Amino acid sequence: MNIDSIQNGIVIDHISAGNGMKLYELLDLNRLDCSVALLRNVNSQKLGRKDIIKIDQEFDLNLDLVGFVDPQATVVVIKNGEIVEKKKLDLPEVLINVIRCKNPRCITQTEQEIVHEFRLSDRVNRIYRCIYCETKA
Amino acid sequence: MRSIIDILDLSVEEIDELVATAQDIIADPKKYAEVCHGKKLATLFFEPSTRTRLSFEAAMYELGGNVLGFSEAQSSSAAKGESVADTVKTVSCYADIIAMRHPKEGAPLVASRAASVPVINAGDGGHNHPTQTMADLLTISREKGTFENLTIGVCGDLKFGRTVHSLINAMSRYKGLKMVLISPEELKVPSYVKKDVLVKNNIPYVQTTDLESAMGELDVLYMTRVQRERFFNEEDYLRLKDSYILTPDKLKNARKDMIIMHPLPRVNEISVAIDDDPRACYFKQVLNGKYMRMALIMKLLKEAGTI
Repeated sequence: MNIDSIQNGIVIDHISAGNGMKLYELLDLNRLDCSVALLRNVNSQKLGRKDIIKIDQEFDLNLDLVGFVDPQATVVVIKNGEIVEKKKLDLPEVLINVIRCKNPRCITQTEQEIVHEFRLSDRVNRIYRCIYCETKA
Repeated sequence: MRSIIDILDLSVEEIDELVATAQDIIADPKKYAEVCHGKKLATLFFEPSTRTRLSFEAAMYELGGNVLGFSEAQSSSAAKGESVADTVKTVSCYADIIAMRHPKEGAPLVASRAASVPVINAGDGGHNHPTQTMADLLTISREKGTFENLTIGVCGDLKFGRTVHSLINAMSRYKGLKMVLISPEELKVPSYVKKDVLVKNNIPYVQTTDLESAMGELDVLYMTRVQRERFFNEEDYLRLKDSYILTPDKLKNARKDMIIMHPLPRVNEISVAIDDDPRACYFKQVLNGKYMRMALIMKLLKEAGTI
């Protein structure tokens, strides 16, 4: 299957197979007017299978969100058809307005325009907790 | 601006300093009678309370200060939908320090980020209640003379019981602690408290459903109420509410120097027949709570440069 290479934009590569659609939705990529390709279950020497997202325009990517969903993914920035930057991701220490607390007793359920903030409490098990009520994400 | 939202916002040294101040207040209350003259405490209670609100108010009056506030959400603009942040921004214009109770977990943290005066968490849902823990710590200090090498049994609702979580957190910082966690299966201490506090700090602990068999080894028995307001399902509450009722015959195996604590209010989990037992300390806790709140109000106002 051929997908055109992009001139100016972003490629999110090495996404664990199955996480591509999740990232597509969380990044709200359906709102973009440009070409966006989501490739699923692509053969990969490193991962066996992987997903890839290609965005054909410059885009202010929320790296914390990508790192939270899939810290092993890589982000490549392309300008004039050349790779100008490769970003390796990690689990972010803090997530701001990426996810919402599910605890019905949490103040975030009712407070107007509150900042939804989570802190990494256990890196090994990838556990984030809401800073307000300490509930697990 | 320093606020106290969680008991862990205070270092062990600061707890020791507050306990020492409280002891000094007890020894010489006149020395502190005008410390907060002309200063105002706002008590913002979005949820009913007897002890905590009156204790904060008594504390401020005994420091020579004044008090304003409300005792239920319905008598504030919260009933009109005003946010916590807007409420405390408003109150910051009138008061020098705020004590807030709110049914939503994390509300005092939101308040502390918005307020321009110190905020003290006076209980946020089933989450934190640091000044209750301060009352508990002063009680343990006065009755046992130390925080070290104690075996503490906590009994009742260990799932939603914020006082229990805060106490475990606070005591985990002292040497030689052993915890005995006594609860029905459905109300066990959440796994994150065990993992993040007990396991992380290498604190030996036992989980049991049997209060009487655990009794003999305890230095402190901390009873709690099964709280109706924490249940979404009334049936679950009714099934679990009478899980543990402490009566004189259940104390047969207890040590003579064990102390019985309870954050109050009690419903029926401690028989009134125990009130006259010299080991019963729950009304002493109430009094100790006032002294610790006095010490905390002074500390925060001093740090803010208000007094």
